[in-house]
Amino acid sequence: MNKGELIRFAEEQLTEKKKLPVFRAGDTITVKYKITEGNKERIQDFQGIVLQMSGKGSYKTFTVRKISNNIGVERIFPISSPFLDDVIVNKRGVVRRARIFYLRKLRGKKARIKERRR
Amino acid sequence: MSGLIGKKIGMTSFHDASGKKVPCTVVEAGPCVVTQVKTKESDGYDAIQLSYDDKKEKHTSGAMLGHFKKAGTSPKRIIREFTRFEIGHQKKLGDIVSVEEFKENEFIDVVGTSKGKGFQGVVKRHGFKGVNDATHGQHNRMRAPGSIGASSYPSRVFKGMRMGGQDGNRRVKMINLQVVKIFPEKNLLLIKGSVPGPSGSYLILERWM
Repeated sequence: MNKGELIRFAEEQLTEKKKLPVFRAGDTITVKYKITEGNKERIQDFQGIVLQMSGKGSYKTFTVRKISNNIGVERIFPISSPFLDDVIVNKRGVVRRARIFYLRKLRGKKARIKERRR
Repeated sequence: MSGLIGKKIGMTSFHDASGKKVPCTVVEAGPCVVTQVKTKESDGYDAIQLSYDDKKEKHTSGAMLGHFKKAGTSPKRIIREFTRFEIGHQKKLGDIVSVEEFKENEFIDVVGTSKGKGFQGVVKRHGFKGVNDATHGQHNRMRAPGSIGASSYPSRVFKGMRMGGQDGNRRVKMINLQVVKIFPEKNLLLIKGSVPGPSGSYLILERWM
């Protein structure tokens, strides 16, 4: 076995498999994220557009952007995080690139993404 | 003491029970073969010789071939001696020492050869600050060592004065590294944090009682 296979084996053993839906840049998703306040745990929603998927293996993350009170907010979630409870895909978008950073410069009607229909 | 020879595979990380990310190094450790048992009567001291990593017979000298044949094993690349192997151990010639020699959550020492940096100046090699001014008459002295001694007395530079030279590529031992996880079926060992040397380099793992 080569080095990459051995590292992947170790990663697979250490991270519990989560069943997340398939999504990509341009999709609108709701991230259910576990938050501990004191000793209470609750689930917080973060809804926005996926800007990019980045990394691989146990380092894989995705960036979600939303406009909150007229201020753009971006959050990066590690896929292997135990605090990531679930992801719900609200809308699938049509975009031509894997990383849609151009969205940061757009506001209002221009920041719309066409919905993908099948 | 208990020991093993291994190979650094690379680094990864995972989330522990509390959700903290734990960086760790993947090490392929063993299986090693006992190729010689030294005793006080025959050699003057007690030690065990372990061998690790197969190599081809055609790359092995006749003398070494006979040595491995005595232990009933294929030729190995790395041979290391471990003194004071656990008192009262029952290791015999030809025995296989595997990663199960260690347990999870115990602390071990790791010896490796650090990454070679070549000939380096004092700033990188010894952490000198260099000259902190770019102006006031400095133009090519930014990373120079400065004075290396006094004048007519002692009229020489003291031994051990830190200067430029080869950096890295030397034996480095890191003590008290935690074993996070063991996968006996693949001879893998996960050590918390980093270990010396590049991926693919050989390591010696030791645990002192």
